[in-house]
Amino acid sequence: MKAAVLVFPGINRERDMARTLKLISGQEPAMVWHAEPQLPAGTDLVVIPGGFSYGDYLRCGAIAARAPVMDAVRAHAAKGGLVLGVCNGFQILCESGLLPGVLMRNAALKFICKDVYLRVERSDTPFTRGYNAGQVVRVPVAHGEGNYVADEATLAKLEGDGRVLYRYAAPDGSLDPAWNVNGAINAIAGILNDRGNVLGMMPHPENHVEAALGPTDGRGLFAGLVDHLKQAA
Amino acid sequence: MSRNEPRITPELVAEHGLKPDEYERILKLIGREPSFTELGIFSAMWNEHCSYKSSKVHLRGLPTTGACVIQGPGENAGVIDIGDGQAVVFKMESHNHPSFIEPYQGAATGVGGILRDVFTMGARPIACLNALSFGDPSHPKTRHLVSGVVAGVGGYGNSFGVPTVGGQVRFHTRYDGNNLVNAMAVGLADTDKIFYAAASGVGMPIVYLGSKTGRDGIHGASMASAEFGEGAEEKRPTVQVGDPFSEKLLLEACLEIMAKDCVIAIQDMGAAGLTCSAVEMGAKGDLGVTLELDKVPTRETGMSAYEMMLSESQERMLMVLKPEKEKEAEAIFRKWGLDFAIVGETTPTKRFIVKHGGIVMVDLPIKELGDEAPVYKRPFVEMPKLPVIKVIDVRPPMRLPDALEKLIGTPDLCSRRWVWEQYDHVIGGNTVQRPGGDSAVVRVLDGPKALALTADVTPRYCEADPFEGGKQAVAEAWRNITAVGGKPLALTDNLNFGNPERPEIMGQFVGCVRGIAAACKALDFPVVSGNVSLYNETQGRAILPTPTIGGVGLIDDFTTAATLAFKAEGEAIVLIGETIGWLGQSLYLRDLCGREEGAPPPVDLVEERENGDFVRALIQDKLATAAHDVSDGGLLVAVAEMAMASGLGATLEPAPADTPPHAFWFGEDQARYVVTVPAGHAEALLARAAEAGVPASLLGTVGGTTISLSGERPIQLKVLNERFEGWLPTYMAGGPP
Repeated sequence: MKAAVLVFPGINRERDMARTLKLISGQEPAMVWHAEPQLPAGTDLVVIPGGFSYGDYLRCGAIAARAPVMDAVRAHAAKGGLVLGVCNGFQILCESGLLPGVLMRNAALKFICKDVYLRVERSDTPFTRGYNAGQVVRVPVAHGEGNYVADEATLAKLEGDGRVLYRYAAPDGSLDPAWNVNGAINAIAGILNDRGNVLGMMPHPENHVEAALGPTDGRGLFAGLVDHLKQAA
Repeated sequence: MSRNEPRITPELVAEHGLKPDEYERILKLIGREPSFTELGIFSAMWNEHCSYKSSKVHLRGLPTTGACVIQGPGENAGVIDIGDGQAVVFKMESHNHPSFIEPYQGAATGVGGILRDVFTMGARPIACLNALSFGDPSHPKTRHLVSGVVAGVGGYGNSFGVPTVGGQVRFHTRYDGNNLVNAMAVGLADTDKIFYAAASGVGMPIVYLGSKTGRDGIHGASMASAEFGEGAEEKRPTVQVGDPFSEKLLLEACLEIMAKDCVIAIQDMGAAGLTCSAVEMGAKGDLGVTLELDKVPTRETGMSAYEMMLSESQERMLMVLKPEKEKEAEAIFRKWGLDFAIVGETTPTKRFIVKHGGIVMVDLPIKELGDEAPVYKRPFVEMPKLPVIKVIDVRPPMRLPDALEKLIGTPDLCSRRWVWEQYDHVIGGNTVQRPGGDSAVVRVLDGPKALALTADVTPRYCEADPFEGGKQAVAEAWRNITAVGGKPLALTDNLNFGNPERPEIMGQFVGCVRGIAAACKALDFPVVSGNVSLYNETQGRAILPTPTIGGVGLIDDFTTAATLAFKAEGEAIVLIGETIGWLGQSLYLRDLCGREEGAPPPVDLVEERENGDFVRALIQDKLATAAHDVSDGGLLVAVAEMAMASGLGATLEPAPADTPPHAFWFGEDQARYVVTVPAGHAEALLARAAEAGVPASLLGTVGGTTISLSGERPIQLKVLNERFEGWLPTYMAGGPP
């Protein structure tokens, strides 16, 4: 796996992400500065980590979406290359037009950091093949604006195409508003683009990968990506 | 020497918070009348916040050295050695007055300021903690302050990207007009790459880094050195506005140029901004400093020298640079989009000279500005000791199960989840123990070492007996570190008190500091940094004396750290330490009997150490499966917390015949821990304790879904949990106080 982790000013989970990628894939990812016009040659996975790019001033992800490196990311995605955006990364992907919809303030109007349960909706994508369909995984969220919203037509298409990969759920996998941590529409935690190579998600699988620190449910996502890329190669 | 500056009048001097005799001292020191800008500078350097003029003589009694201490008080933060070439840099600081006036920004910039203190020394911040004291829940402003302060603490730390892993929240009517926000930051550095404030070398460029200077926060430090009268909110413009984004950039840029060996000295601009940072760098290095204000990046036009020198705009640093590294350093700052300007140089004259528009606005002796600040031996009186409350005089107002169910849902004992879920406590991927335990545990890089971090004080004890309360604050921090298996290394203290010009307040201060010193000595737990916040009074009513202790301990292998949750059915619950049933100043007495009375529990430091060392060894030898210190609320509350954290109940032995049950279960005797051991191991543990001369007794057995006391109805964990988790979110949503 040749991963590139994007670093915008104000991004702050790039080190967590790089450490996890190294842990699971065995390979050090490249850290790519926002002003770079190009990705390192041979990049097969672009990761946009969490944080507060440009302070989240203006609108979360809005400024980062216009950074020079994002043109390279759009080109990478257009060729079918994999892109994973987590938290602020998801917001940036929405703002850059690579994913539909938008992330609004959490329904409770507060930043929230806690473990949540995600139901994996299908396992036949590069981003979920490390899990079984219907499996429930426990990972943390840490965001103030993760309340996914899209217009009805977009939502119908997302659902119809099976592009909602992760949903906030109860520990038994049932959907329950009490477990929908930020009030996202249809409990959406993570979505895929129409081509199936760009995933945006609010929770942080990269923070649940070491048994010594607690749950390791985040590993599946990265292990699946490694498998997928190995097979593709 | 000045132009268009106001004339110095006695009124102007008084407005600057300088007493007539202090002004006389200035005249004598410089041999002439100061300019307006100079007056502002003296006011900034000589206020309580910057000069420690009331506290200095007493702080000298604190132990500040020890085997692990690399840098004690006097620098931006304290530094301790944790082995393997690694150092921990940490400090706690208050932002009380700003947080009362403007809770979000006040709290946010409090966090920003303390983070800067830590990374100025070359450390990457790895954890934050905070201790918050609010007024009575029924006070009309309390909800607003809690909501704003918590959002501000989170808003800054979350964006900056440091996990906020622990702390304290309390409510008491004595904080009604003066809440406390004490923020602590902990960073990690290499022992051979610590950066200090002292400048060296003549003619070295002084560089201004970070955000631009605006008119915000002018006289913030002076505001923090006065009592609040009516209309405190009118001081809102003196509160700074935080920009965590700029601070994150400043962090990365500073660490990058430090790694490139460009830096001779560095000082963050905190209280009194450019003034304090420039004077400290020069004075500590025995050098003069000349500043050219025309080169200072400003975000507003027409700023006067006075405004620039006193601005407390955030996210700024002053640095003495190696001249040959100027281009390299500038390129790094430009890359991060930060201001970089050479605004002055070091000189051999020991004068502090400030030029603006070609005119010398300030020409003062640099050493005297800091060193000649007045030092007061303020008169103090010690309060008479309060009577010891006899257990026989405390009739239980209700049965034990009702008492527990009630206490666990009170403002001071209920869960703080509502607070810490607004803080990103997992970023960094090193949080081994999240908030809610005795200490937070944060792994050091890839481990196996970890830090145990805690912030503690029991203000009602300090009010009732400052000396015992001071001891207790240190002992409790030490105990909380011990309860996770950590070896306590050093602490930072944040001493919050009322007006030191009142002898009874000064008496509280002196008593607490003496108590802290006694405990630090007995427990080998030195003070390496700290902050004093006085004048925490509104309209003559002082806060409870609140000397917050931020403790740092080391765990050799984080996988062996203990947690408080019960682990398995059938395990034995053992109490370590002696219980006589001390009800004076207990939460039981205060919250259930309505009596905030009596002498607080005394702290026997010898016993404290013996019991703690015993428990730590149990954990390190992997004999204890869970451990928890006994503090607020007493023994039954401690057991209930262990039960709720695990979902496993307990069946408890009857209280000893010579101790009334309510005193046994709710007394707040010190130096106690509850531990569990696997079934069948209790005898061996009791024997080991007997051998060590440590009091230990079997308390009960883990199991079921209730807490069962002999002769009482079982207490459902479900009910306890609801009450424990219920109060704060309900209250914050507008529910009853």
